[in-house]
Amino acid sequence: MDLGNYASLAHFLPELLLSAGILVLIIVDLLVANKSHLGDLALIITAGALLLIALTPVTANAWLFHRMLVFDGFAMFFRALIALAALVAVWMSMGSEEVRGCDQGEYYAILLASTLAMFLMAESANLLMAYLSLEFVSLTSYILTGFLRHNRRSLEAALKYLIYGGVASGTMIYGMSWIFGISGSLDFTVINKALTAPGALPVLAVFIALVLILAGMGYKVASVPFHMWAPDVYTGAPIPITTFLAIGSKAAGFALLTRFFFPAISSLTASGSWQALKGVDWPQLLLVICVITMTLGNLAALQQTNMKRLLAYSSVAQAGYALMGFVVLSNDGIRAMLFYLFAYYVMDAGAFLVVMIVANNTGREDIGAYRGLAWRGGIVPAVALSIFLLSLTGIPLTVGFIGKFYLFAAVIRGQFYVLAVVGVINSVVSLYYYMRPIKTMFLDTPNGDEGTLAADTWNYGLMSVLACATIALGIYWAPIIAFANRSLNFFLGA
Amino acid sequence: MGGGIGLNHFLLLSLIIFSLGMVCVLTRRNAIGILMGVELILNSANINYLAFAHYGGAKYDGQVFAIFVIMLAAAEAVIGLAVVLAIYQNFKTIDVDATETLSG
Repeated sequence: MDLGNYASLAHFLPELLLSAGILVLIIVDLLVANKSHLGDLALIITAGALLLIALTPVTANAWLFHRMLVFDGFAMFFRALIALAALVAVWMSMGSEEVRGCDQGEYYAILLASTLAMFLMAESANLLMAYLSLEFVSLTSYILTGFLRHNRRSLEAALKYLIYGGVASGTMIYGMSWIFGISGSLDFTVINKALTAPGALPVLAVFIALVLILAGMGYKVASVPFHMWAPDVYTGAPIPITTFLAIGSKAAGFALLTRFFFPAISSLTASGSWQALKGVDWPQLLLVICVITMTLGNLAALQQTNMKRLLAYSSVAQAGYALMGFVVLSNDGIRAMLFYLFAYYVMDAGAFLVVMIVANNTGREDIGAYRGLAWRGGIVPAVALSIFLLSLTGIPLTVGFIGKFYLFAAVIRGQFYVLAVVGVINSVVSLYYYMRPIKTMFLDTPNGDEGTLAADTWNYGLMSVLACATIALGIYWAPIIAFANRSLNFFLGA
Repeated sequence: MGGGIGLNHFLLLSLIIFSLGMVCVLTRRNAIGILMGVELILNSANINYLAFAHYGGAKYDGQVFAIFVIMLAAAEAVIGLAVVLAIYQNFKTIDVDATETLSG
């Protein structure tokens, strides 16, 4: 179905709710003197969007707004994942000491705008829409990163993000212009038809264009060599925003990456594997990127002493793991990647939340602040952080293990044995730096100057939910894999 | 389409501007200088879109893309300059090396 502007609106309700919510937030911010309830309003709007997504059945796939956006199972998965990420980010913002001093109305309005942009990114079916939504995400992220206006680290992070982001997206549209020139269209399906049509394909030009495009999309998922911004930005940004970038922005990046590299320029064979363009060897390139991303992320994380920075490098490595599902070029791989992104959302959000709880209480983010955490009033966060870190490593009985299991299964079924070995070695290496905070929290004795932790229901509530989900989904993961299975449905406009 | 100038000339021009933008980004240490380099990169892409749209068969896709790029470049400049201004107020410099507190 190719829907026009008016008919599309019925499939566009979560986005409409978010857009209305952003305007309401800005107006309410102008009208009320007491800004402390703007966070509640933002939370209600996000929860409403999530509810709308849950209630929308994916019965008929369709093109929306004259083939600018696509409404299919794949888009639904990322809509749900991003809305969940936004929910966590808003919740954390309301419990964060850093954010409390900021302009609340602007902050939540831009946070929701960023969510809206990520929705659009996951739904793009056109190069123009892909660029606009990616840039929309970037612009809002720059502002949110630099939101602590008097904090030098926050500003420096925003400047670095801005510079890397500007270069990456500029490079990307330069590559897109070549694809436009070669295929004569911006529409993903028309590009696919033009590139897979029999006849001579300018192989080298297409390959270079794809490399340039990869710069923009790889920058969003923080894969090597476009990861340099991640550690600095994750360290400098307010912690709720770091979380949102790590789980939301990365998921949106994977959505766009998958949609462009699979339905747009590859073709699905009957056996459920994808056929790349003849002679254009981007899968090999991505394989190399995937291996380097996880190795470099893990090695760099080994020597970090700041928890945010450690988790930033860990998130680079996690992007490398998720890319494993990408390079095997099969539906199995994509399903494993979807599952892993969901698992990553649960465990990484939890880990950052504990970092925020410690920072709220002690004002510190370095690993020294965690010394003997369990024995100075922080036994619950210490246990929760241990669960999240074990899950990030991929220890059984956690959702991270199941995610890795599916990834490695897809990799081995695709006969990428070397990749599987590299992945396993990387998991072993990561054990070292994930275990270090656990050792610090339980086995080290506090110096006495670290301060104590006071429990608050708001943050502890979310932390318990995430910790329970990490364990529960590690034991009973059927609903998530069923959801990923249903979502493995790209609308190609047949 | 006169004067023997064809698609390739435009592509070459845009490639040169793209390279200049890249060099500018990589060598400048002044934040505004780097933003100017980004601007060059965006405009080199614009030249490509317009050239492909003119010499190819696509309707107005290329032109529309270029207009959106110009708009977004303006939006990015607004945010970029706001960040640079805040950086200046806090650091009293906009040299990207001098603002280096995060590393490792």
